[in-house]
Amino acid sequence: MAWRDSRASRRRLLLFTSCIVVGIAALVAVGSFGRALENAIEQQAKALLGADLSIGSRVRFTPEHEAFLSSLGGEQAREITFSSMIVFPRSGGTRLIQLRSLEGGFPYYGAIEADPPEAEAQFRSGSGVLVEESLLLQFGAVVGDEVRIGSLTTRVVGALRKVPGETVAFATIAPRVYLRLSELASTGLLREGSLARYRVLFRMPEGVNVTELVAEHQERLDALRLSVATVAQRQEDLGQAMRNLYQFLNLVGFVALLLGGVGIASAIQVHVKQKIPTVAVLRCLGCSVWEAFAIYVVQGVALGGLGVLVGAIAGLGIQHALPRVVADFVPFDVAMTVSWGAVVEAAAVGFGICLGFTLLPLMAIRRVAPLEVLRVAFEPRRRLDRFQWGTIVLLGLSVVAFALAHTRRWQDGLGFAGGLMLAFGVLALVSRGVIAAARRVRLPGWPFVIRQGWASVHRPNNRTLLLVVSLGLGTFLLLTLQWTQTTLLRQLISGQEGNRANAILFDIQPDQREGVAALVRENGMKVLDEAPIVTMRLKSIRGRPVEEILADTDGKAPGWALRREFRTTTSETLRESEKLTAGTWIPRVEPGVEPVPMSLEEGIAKELGVGLGDEVVWDVQGVPVRTTVTSLREVDWRRVQPNFFVVFPAGPMDDAPAFHVLVTRVESAEESARLQRAVVDRYPNVSAVDITLVLRTLDQILGKIAFAIRFMAMFTVATGLLVLVAAVLSGRWQRVRESILLRVLGASRRQVLRILLVEYAVLGLLAAVTGVALALAGSAALAVWVFQVAFAPPLAPAVWAILGVTGLTVATGLIASRGVATHPPLEILRSEG
Amino acid sequence: MRGTEGQVILAAEHLTKTYRSGERSLDVLRDVSFSLPSGETLAIVGPSGSGKTTLLGLCAGLDAPTQGTVRLAGEDLGGMDEDGRARVRNLHVGFVFQSFQLIPTLTAIENVMVPLELRGERGIEPEASRLLREVGLGERLGHYPAQLSGGEQQRVAIARAFINRPKLLFADEPTGNLDTETGRKVVESLFRMNEAMGTALVLVTHDLELARRAGRLIRLRGGLLVEDSGSGHGGRMGTS
Ligand SMILES: Nc1ncnc2c1ncn2[C@@H]1O[C@H](COP(=O)(O)OP(=O)(O)OP(=O)(O)O)[C@@H](O)[C@H]1O
Ligand SMILES: [Mg+2]
Repeated sequence: MAWRDSRASRRRLLLFTSCIVVGIAALVAVGSFGRALENAIEQQAKALLGADLSIGSRVRFTPEHEAFLSSLGGEQAREITFSSMIVFPRSGGTRLIQLRSLEGGFPYYGAIEADPPEAEAQFRSGSGVLVEESLLLQFGAVVGDEVRIGSLTTRVVGALRKVPGETVAFATIAPRVYLRLSELASTGLLREGSLARYRVLFRMPEGVNVTELVAEHQERLDALRLSVATVAQRQEDLGQAMRNLYQFLNLVGFVALLLGGVGIASAIQVHVKQKIPTVAVLRCLGCSVWEAFAIYVVQGVALGGLGVLVGAIAGLGIQHALPRVVADFVPFDVAMTVSWGAVVEAAAVGFGICLGFTLLPLMAIRRVAPLEVLRVAFEPRRRLDRFQWGTIVLLGLSVVAFALAHTRRWQDGLGFAGGLMLAFGVLALVSRGVIAAARRVRLPGWPFVIRQGWASVHRPNNRTLLLVVSLGLGTFLLLTLQWTQTTLLRQLISGQEGNRANAILFDIQPDQREGVAALVRENGMKVLDEAPIVTMRLKSIRGRPVEEILADTDGKAPGWALRREFRTTTSETLRESEKLTAGTWIPRVEPGVEPVPMSLEEGIAKELGVGLGDEVVWDVQGVPVRTTVTSLREVDWRRVQPNFFVVFPAGPMDDAPAFHVLVTRVESAEESARLQRAVVDRYPNVSAVDITLVLRTLDQILGKIAFAIRFMAMFTVATGLLVLVAAVLSGRWQRVRESILLRVLGASRRQVLRILLVEYAVLGLLAAVTGVALALAGSAALAVWVFQVAFAPPLAPAVWAILGVTGLTVATGLIASRGVATHPPLEILRSEG
Repeated sequence: MRGTEGQVILAAEHLTKTYRSGERSLDVLRDVSFSLPSGETLAIVGPSGSGKTTLLGLCAGLDAPTQGTVRLAGEDLGGMDEDGRARVRNLHVGFVFQSFQLIPTLTAIENVMVPLELRGERGIEPEASRLLREVGLGERLGHYPAQLSGGEQQRVAIARAFINRPKLLFADEPTGNLDTETGRKVVESLFRMNEAMGTALVLVTHDLELARRAGRLIRLRGGLLVEDSGSGHGGRMGTS
């Protein structure tokens, strides 16, 4: 019966079913992919670290360290990593790199991938360096080319493609270069006080429980200031990161599903309206309320099931594309495995949502009385009954539940669900408002076609709500993404105008300071800032040793702040980016004064729980230095210039081992290259960061992230388009009737088309403008609350969005209405009222 | 107002309409010819399915005949495209349908103005409200179709049909959806307007009373014209 009844409207219903297909496909693809990610992390866990255990230090290992490390046993490899400059003499190119000097069998699991493959063995044997592929491409260098690093001249033996456990995105700012550890000395780069990371990588014999081993030695590790990475930790961290990624993709897919649900609901509503006479007849013939209802529920379930089935199949296809979309963020290979559990789960969620949206309008069937047969026009009563309210509440709750299940913090989940419902609500309100406006505002004096098109917005059975919600939501999502991306970028670039600094020279030894500054001036650039940097660690706070604070089991100890290495400076004056917020600024004290006065940045002071007058003891490369907090500063970290948590007055730190940084401004890429070459030629140990290059790299990374997000957002947009087409087609019958009437009364084809054009233009415009307004609010909220940056959206994307969405709506509307103007008008004489 | 009387406003010659559905073809009209002088009234009667609506549609240029020609107000509809026929309808023809066919989003007066609006004419409200007053709806100008009864809707449709001062008005069972009393009022309106404006009327009806009021009667059966009370030259002869 259900099947027979659907005969006439099957095509239209199928069209609407396709709305939900896209959302289901997105969920299935993401769900199955997420499982594949987890499996990959599980299976490739050891390759994620490349070792069983990694122990790192910021300072050169002391004999004490060495004794401890060798007591741990196992096979050990060493790696020293720091930033430096590489020079390609053939092209004259120079660039900041991350130099990794390696010795031993690391990676024990997984492999360093190089081109040609034998290059790995070559660099290990000391015949050259392995250079990040992108860096070679940048300078047009090839295998066999000569390179200079510090005072070492060597050859490129191969292009570095992949290091186990590391992502491509990670390596783009400072490309990696691998060197055999024994060659490091000949670079002459590693000096006392250089910022380097020392690592020992272990392979443990079978049967050693690394986690237990680490727990056993935790106290010693803390005392020696050694940081630890284990496979289990790495797996957990990465798992969390991947879960974030997957959950994010999932939420975006869910939006598509919900939108599809709205499409379904509206299709069913139209269907129900048309079926009311049938239902009334059935009821007259003795069919019970529930039997009649059941016929349509069966139809809805069948349609939903079909949509879910097709969606699931499509989703499995899309899953193939996902690894490529997120390739740059995933540090391992993801096998294309189908997780049936995830597929079923996604399909079930999709089916549930679909069913909810189907039942909502279907419930009206229950209220069709046999008497309706006698009524000419039946308008389903506006008021919702308690079953419908129940369904709405259930749908709302499942949105919240889904959001909570797919976010880490409940605040995020509620925020997502709330934001989404708000967006839906605003769009629904706006369309309600415009329908009311179209009913009331008659535009007297405007040309007929415009008035008629405008009036169509509120005609009975209009698709205004559906179109505004679907198009508005699509516009909202895409534009929010676009604006958030540009806001973040602009934020990064904001230091670029005027005379702001954009290049930093660092690792300058004290005796090179004058020379480097002179070199900068010789090249026609200004020295905008200069600072000595002394690195130190916290030893104790208010008399309590850091180890003791860290050992506190209440978990509130700010671990990262306590363990970190502070790069401090001495200065007589406050920098432009700094503001004194408490205490007094002390420019200079005589050497030998104890405790040494010190200025702390507000945020870190809060983090450490330190206030004015508190005593802090620093470990300045082995020497304890007693200090008191004499002032607090607010720092604008966004400026490209040296900024510091800790500033000492001039005097006491003058003899501490320091290196200098110098900040300048380059006007062009050529100028930047010239300066870098000049500096590296004369002072090979000095490194240079060109902020414009970093920004460009960040731009690329953001672009890649945005691509991944946009890929998912496309599902929503695709759903929106499907809903648009379906909505236009479902309203077509009425449009045809009205157009025929107008043509009978003498309207030309052009007039009829123009009326359609005005109607779709009004709807598209309205949806776009509302979407833009929502995006404005959404990206402003994101900027202010999440990213905490100033929000100043460029107008161009909004204009494009409005033009694009309106154009698309009009085009779809006109294409879908093809034939409306060409129906023979005679049909009107045969149509019923 | 009767200046054009005597001239032929509508001439149908050898009209044949064949519908094809797959293999089979169905002759709905077979070689029907008649002509109607200006200002005359004509009723088309016949059993259901005999082709009345089809004939009316062909005469009004709503569809093209399979064979034969229609001349309306001196213009040959056969030589025109749809837009051309639409223009002729807009200039010379009014319509009243069984199912009213008002535009639901427009008020009564706006519905009446549509034909002139399509020509881009302005300042037509006075004329539209005069016509509505004439059909007895002077108080209902701002009402939407949904707020009017069937009979009232039909009278709005009549006002709309006369707004362009048509030379010819087609009505397909104008009282079909109305009760006798209301139908009678609607018919009164039609004939009064016909009187006042000299508009020729072509009525399709099952209502013999109504048919009798027309000056002339055409009977169709199975697509053939079986009776024409005024086959000569459109005199006002008595009816059957
Ligand atoms: N598009 C079409 N295709 C095939 N046959 C059609 C089509 N339109 C009408 N017919 C047939 O043409 C015949 C005449 O139809 P028409 O509507 O002219 O009759 P009618 O005399 O107006 O009848 P009624 O009094 O019931 O309105 C009918 O048999 C009908 O089935
Ligand atoms: Mg008929």
